[in-house]
Amino acid sequence: MSERITKDMAKNIYFGGGIFATLIFVGLTFDSVNQIPELSNEVNMTESVVLGKKIWEDNNCVGCHTLLGEGAYYAPELGNVFQRAGSSNEEAFKGYMLGWMAAQPLDIPDRRKMPQFHLSPEQVNNLSDFLIWTSKVNTQEWPPNIQG
Amino acid sequence: MKYSSQMVAKPYFIFALILLAGEILFGLTMSIQYIYGDFLFPLIPFNVLRMVHINLLIVLLLFGFMGATYYLIPEEAERELWSPLLAKITFWVFLVAGVATILGYLLVPYAELAELTMNELWPTMGREFLEQPTITKIGIVFVVLSYILNVTMTVIKGRRTTISIILLTGLFGLAFFFLFAFYVPDNLIMDKFFWWFVVHLWVEATWELILGALLAFVLVKLTGVDREHIDKWLYLIIAMTFIAGLAGTGHHFFFMGAPGYWLWIGSIASAAEPIPFFLMILFAYNMVKNRRIQDDNKMALTWAKGTAVVGFLGAGVWGFMHTLAPINYYTHGTQLTAAHGHLSFFGAYVMIVFTMVSYAMPILRGRPHGNSPRAQKVELTSFWFMVIGMIGLTLALTVAGILQIEAQRIPDSANAMSFMNVQDMLTPVYFVRSFFGVMVFLGLLIYFYSFFVKEDKRVVA
Repeated sequence: MSERITKDMAKNIYFGGGIFATLIFVGLTFDSVNQIPELSNEVNMTESVVLGKKIWEDNNCVGCHTLLGEGAYYAPELGNVFQRAGSSNEEAFKGYMLGWMAAQPLDIPDRRKMPQFHLSPEQVNNLSDFLIWTSKVNTQEWPPNIQG
Repeated sequence: MKYSSQMVAKPYFIFALILLAGEILFGLTMSIQYIYGDFLFPLIPFNVLRMVHINLLIVLLLFGFMGATYYLIPEEAERELWSPLLAKITFWVFLVAGVATILGYLLVPYAELAELTMNELWPTMGREFLEQPTITKIGIVFVVLSYILNVTMTVIKGRRTTISIILLTGLFGLAFFFLFAFYVPDNLIMDKFFWWFVVHLWVEATWELILGALLAFVLVKLTGVDREHIDKWLYLIIAMTFIAGLAGTGHHFFFMGAPGYWLWIGSIASAAEPIPFFLMILFAYNMVKNRRIQDDNKMALTWAKGTAVVGFLGAGVWGFMHTLAPINYYTHGTQLTAAHGHLSFFGAYVMIVFTMVSYAMPILRGRPHGNSPRAQKVELTSFWFMVIGMIGLTLALTVAGILQIEAQRIPDSANAMSFMNVQDMLTPVYFVRSFFGVMVFLGLLIYFYSFFVKEDKRVVA
C-alpha cells in the first residue's frame, strides 16, 4: 500500500484530516460547554459546594480516591459515597462525614491509611456539600452499582 | 557529533535518567503501601508518593524531549543551536524548579504547600498530574517557551526538514494545551472537561508528534533510508494521530458529566487510536528492512523497534481493550486503567527517550560508532529486564483489574463486593506486580552500569 501513496498525498491527508478532526472537536466542545451546566445541575452549586471543591483540591484527595472514575485507584470512588455511606440522606451523610474525618487514620494494622487532615467541622460540611452535589451529576448511569 | 552545541543535550539526558530512577523507586514504594498500608505511613502518605511518582514521570519526559531536541535540531537545521547558553540556563532553571517542587511535596503537607505558594491567588493545585503549585506551573511555561524559542530560531535560520517542522508542531501543541492547566472553573465537571485538554491532548495527540519525529530522526540516521520515504510515513502516522486522537478525547467524557453523544463519538474515534501506533511498527520494521547502512550502534535500533512495539501494545492494545463505552462502563477507574497507563507511558514515551539516549549519548561521549559490543551486550540485558518487567507488571495489573471488575462492578448493588474488600483479595496479585517492578528497577541499574563498561580497543581498519 505504501508504494502507492506519495509524500504529498500523505501530507494532504495530514492537513485535511487534521483540520477536519479539529473542526469536529472544537464544535463538540462548544456544545458540551453549553450543556454541562444543566447536566451538572449548576443551579444547585452553592458557595459551600465551591468551597468544598477547594478543600478537595487543597488536600489532594484525588491522590488516593477516584471521583467519577478519575484519580488514583488506592481508595474508594467518592462520586457516589453520598448514596453508599449516607443512604442519600443529607443529614445522615453529613454526620457520617464528621465522624469519619475525625477518626482518621483508622487504627487497623496494615489497612490502607487515610491521613488526618485537621479540617474544621465547617470545612467537613463544605466537603460533604461538594460530594452531595457531585453525586447528582448526570453521569450516564455510571457507576454500575453502589460500590462505585 | 557534527555541531558542538549538540553537547547541551547531555545534562538533559543524564538528569532525565536520574529522575527515572526516582520515579521507579517511588513506584515501588507505592506498590508496597498497596499491600502494607502502614509502610512509611504517616511519614509519606500514598497521595504524596503518587504525586511524586507521576510528576517525576512528566518532568523526566520533558527533560528527555528537550535533550533529544537539542541533539536533533542542529543536525536537522545544519547549523549550531541558536543559543546554547539559553539551553543551559533553561536546564538549571528547570532542574531547580523541579527539585524544589518535589521537596515541597515531600516536606510539608499538601494543604500547607498550597498555602505557602499562595494557591488562593490563582488556584490550580490538587488535580491529577497538575498538582504543581501555580508558581511552578508558571515556571514550566517560561522554561517551555524559552525551549521553543531556541528551537524555532534554529529551524528558521537553518534548513527546514519535515522532521523538524513536525517536532516543532508537537512542541507548540504541548505549550498551547498546557495553558489549560491554568483554567480551573468552580464547576467540577467543566474543570474535568478541560483538564483532559492538557492530559489527553498531550499524551494522545501532541506528544505523539514528538514521538514520531524523534523516531523518524533515529531511523534516518541508523538506516540511511531516503528522507522522502521516511517523511511520507511520518505524515501518515501523525495524520492518523490527529484524526483519531482529537475526537478520541471523547473516550474520557463517557461518565463524568459530559453530554451522552460522547459515548458514540468517543468510542468510534478512539477505536482508531491504535492505528498510528500500528503504523509506527510497520514504519520501524520497514525502514530497518530497507536500510542502506549498517550502523554499529545496534542498541539504538533495538530501542527504536522496541518503542514502536511496546508503544503499540501499551497504547494500542491495552487502550483499545477498554475504550469502547459499553466496556468502559465497567472498567472506568479500575486497575485496568492503571495497567494501560503504565505500559503506554513506558512503551511510547520512556522508550523513545531511551532510544534517543542510546543513539546520541555514545556520540556525545566521543564514540561515533556506538558503545563497544560488550557495553551493548549489557545494555541489551537491561533492555529485556525493563521490557519484561513492565509487561509483567502490566499483566499483573490487568489480572487485578479483571478480578476487581468481576467482584465489584458486574454484580448488582446487593451482591457486589466493597472496594476495600476487593483490594484485600487482590494482595497476591499486587505481590506479583511488585516483583516485576523490582525487575524494572534492576534493569535500569544494569542500564546505568552499561555506561561504565570500558571501551574495547578498536581495531582501526
